Amino acid sequence: MMATTVGVVVFPGTNCEMDAVVAVEGLGGSARLLWHGDDDLSGVDAVIVPGGFAHGDYLRPGAIARFSPMMGAVDRFAADGGPVVGICNGFQVLTEAGLLPGALQKNRGLKFLCQPTTLRVETADSVLTGSASVGAELSVPINHFEGNYTCDDETLARLRDEDRIVLRYVDNPNGSVDHIAAVCNEGRNVVGLMPHPERACDELLGSADGAVLVSSFLAA
Amino acid sequence: MEFDVLVDVRLRGGIADPAGATIERALPALGYDGVTRVSVGKTVRFTMEAADEAEAVARAGDLCSSFLTNPVIEDAEVTVRPVAE
Repeated sequence: MMATTVGVVVFPGTNCEMDAVVAVEGLGGSARLLWHGDDDLSGVDAVIVPGGFAHGDYLRPGAIARFSPMMGAVDRFAADGGPVVGICNGFQVLTEAGLLPGALQKNRGLKFLCQPTTLRVETADSVLTGSASVGAELSVPINHFEGNYTCDDETLARLRDEDRIVLRYVDNPNGSVDHIAAVCNEGRNVVGLMPHPERACDELLGSADGAVLVSSFLAA
Repeated sequence: MEFDVLVDVRLRGGIADPAGATIERALPALGYDGVTRVSVGKTVRFTMEAADEAEAVARAGDLCSSFLTNPVIEDAEVTVRPVAE
């Protein structure tokens, strides 16, 4: 079987692209960087929108990134059912682009948070959790200031009813509504999460619990 | 015609405002008592070409809702006035 080729989108200010590439390659996939100004996804089986500060996070995180030509290509790729995951700033980009509902506001408690967190898998029906067990607890780091997930009550009710809350924080360090750490779209092929599973794919980094998420994505 | 546009972006009620909260907490130590409901937003100013004021208001409103604000967490007040000759 051919290795899954993951395209990793790079905006000016992205800084976690190599974390994603190393994690993907370490788990048997192949990875290719995709410059935001291009719009060619040919040969790509899955897309990661990685962390960082796309376009300097000016105006709002993700606000300018969504106008990059590559995001138009990602939008079409997602509409055709292609697997897409947005990590940290990538999650912010996907919400701004309208691929995922809600928004990420500043953390409750005024602090930038950079620490391991414990996540609970809430559904195995998503491109990020297909190989994970519901109820499993995973140690995965967070590294953000604007990671406090929020949405209106109607959206929250839909996310719950449709089983689209993919991961929850056990201790909710940033104040996210309903402890939400990850959500997916209606098609379940687009997932956004604030924690960094790509930084938890090797015991040398303190946890390899993120590997089940990255592996699920490679198999999606 | 040219119009000056001022967009005043504010966080919606219930959305965390760490900058506002931090400023409010610092005020008593600086001797400013009785100051409450501090909120920090941002302003965006630009000049826009439009046939008339109604068109300028409509275009500025579109720009505001599609790009300058995220309606999930922000509100904005848009003020439009003709550029002084």
